[in-house]
Amino acid sequence: MAHSAVVSSEQYNYEIVKKFAIAAIVWGIAGMTTGVYIASELAWPFLNFDIAQITFGRLRPVHTSGVIFGFGGNALFATSYYIVQRTCQVRLAGGTFWPNFTFWGWNLALIVAGIGYTFGISQGREYAEPEWYVDIAIAVVWVVYFLIYTVTLVRRNQPHIYVANWFFMSFILATALLHIFNNLTMPVSLLGAKSYSLFSGVQDAMTQWWYGHNAVGFFLTAAFLGMMYYFVPKQAGRPVYSYRLSIVHFWALSFMYMWVGTHHLHWTAIPDWTSSLAAVFSILLLMPSWGGMINGIMTLSGAWDKLRTDPIMMFLITSLSFYGMSTFEGPMMSLKSVNALSHYTDWTVGHVHSGALGWVAMVSIGSFYHMIPRIWNTTIYSTKLIYTHFFLATIGVILYITALWVSGIGQGLMLRAFDEYGNLAYTFVETVVFMHGPLVARAIGGMFFLSGMFVMAYNVYMTIARAKQEEKTPVIAAAQA
Amino acid sequence: MLAEFWMWITDLGNSKMVALVIFFTTFVGIVLYVYSNKARSERLESYRYVPFLDDDEYKPQEVSPKQGEK
Repeated sequence: MAHSAVVSSEQYNYEIVKKFAIAAIVWGIAGMTTGVYIASELAWPFLNFDIAQITFGRLRPVHTSGVIFGFGGNALFATSYYIVQRTCQVRLAGGTFWPNFTFWGWNLALIVAGIGYTFGISQGREYAEPEWYVDIAIAVVWVVYFLIYTVTLVRRNQPHIYVANWFFMSFILATALLHIFNNLTMPVSLLGAKSYSLFSGVQDAMTQWWYGHNAVGFFLTAAFLGMMYYFVPKQAGRPVYSYRLSIVHFWALSFMYMWVGTHHLHWTAIPDWTSSLAAVFSILLLMPSWGGMINGIMTLSGAWDKLRTDPIMMFLITSLSFYGMSTFEGPMMSLKSVNALSHYTDWTVGHVHSGALGWVAMVSIGSFYHMIPRIWNTTIYSTKLIYTHFFLATIGVILYITALWVSGIGQGLMLRAFDEYGNLAYTFVETVVFMHGPLVARAIGGMFFLSGMFVMAYNVYMTIARAKQEEKTPVIAAAQA
Repeated sequence: MLAEFWMWITDLGNSKMVALVIFFTTFVGIVLYVYSNKARSERLESYRYVPFLDDDEYKPQEVSPKQGEK
């Protein structure tokens, strides 16, 4: 079954893909700008300007929600709607209304939540900060998303459901489960923003980190693997290295991720066996993670020259390399002995960003550079700008994570150093003084990455402008004739 | 005998072992299903080409084992 790009744009619902793609880039710039600003606040505290709404505590969830749910979420909606149509060779279910409902519902919920954070309205649960009324809105949007995706799969013209869709379905189902259970709260009043969790104490902490780590596992990993299993083969012009390995990768990842959340709570009041169980499953996770990484990278087998000549491929393969690196670092940090040093330090923040910038953002960026010219039925405005973006992003990530290795490991060593009398060797302020240099380097790393996003926004803007120009040209030519 | 087994399996204290047995056997079952049968393996590997079925520009490229697949 073959379709030209023009026929595809009529057969498929690309309008919704375009909206989500543009929103992703806008959120990416907004969320990363906030990130760079709060990173700068840590290095140069005067930037707080004594304004409560822009202090680190208020802006930090604006940054995390902006990049994870704004940039990442919109990128996932865009690519999943694109992939499910292309691999099932059927138009997206729900007509034009329901996909648009998911677009406006998702983005309005994020805006309401973000404004609330700056005024201190938060559940105080990491990556689940929105209060109850936003949580309900998100749940409704998510159920509609699930129905659109499932009905599209049911109506498919291709007998087999391609593995990328399995990852997206796993992500949609797991996220629904996690979101609903972690946000079971009782509002103080129907007209008030404040609510309290149904869980308490250790159960509350374990529920939160069951959610928190699976947000990483299913939102930031499984879904982006779906993206990877479609766009890496497409960009390489070669099928995925091993389909059977992708099946084992999918099931192993889905089985194992659910067990590992408690490694965020090592050395706390939780039962010790839950801590050990989480560490064991974290180590086991290394195997499917690396299996998937190898499957993605080996897709280029026989066409390695593309790594020199194709900047989109450079984004995709570098993202897989960061995926491999952060999925090695994560299990290592989940070991109790390593965690005793790393936890509550900047090492954790560096680890998260090696995954979030190196893997999630770079695979999304590579996928967008592949997808955007196709949905606008044109070619990319400038390949040189993609190269520029690639090097800005790579330098940014490397600077960021190495700075926080220095900061975090140094901080961890200083906080637990004792003198010969058994007293703490360093005061807290001494650790802060030590961290200043690396925190400056981290902020600069973030600036590199953000400037790459501006380059991308310009390149995409010019690509779309040219596509619109090309659309008009035949009409003008016809009118003149 | 069956009643004893039922009592053991429904005891929450044994849930870790029950979960381990269920998940491990399922996982081994999936691996065996995926890799054990040659005809099935060929069928599964044919699905690699699904993303390309929708393209005009793509000429299905048979990748030889020498080039490093599987």
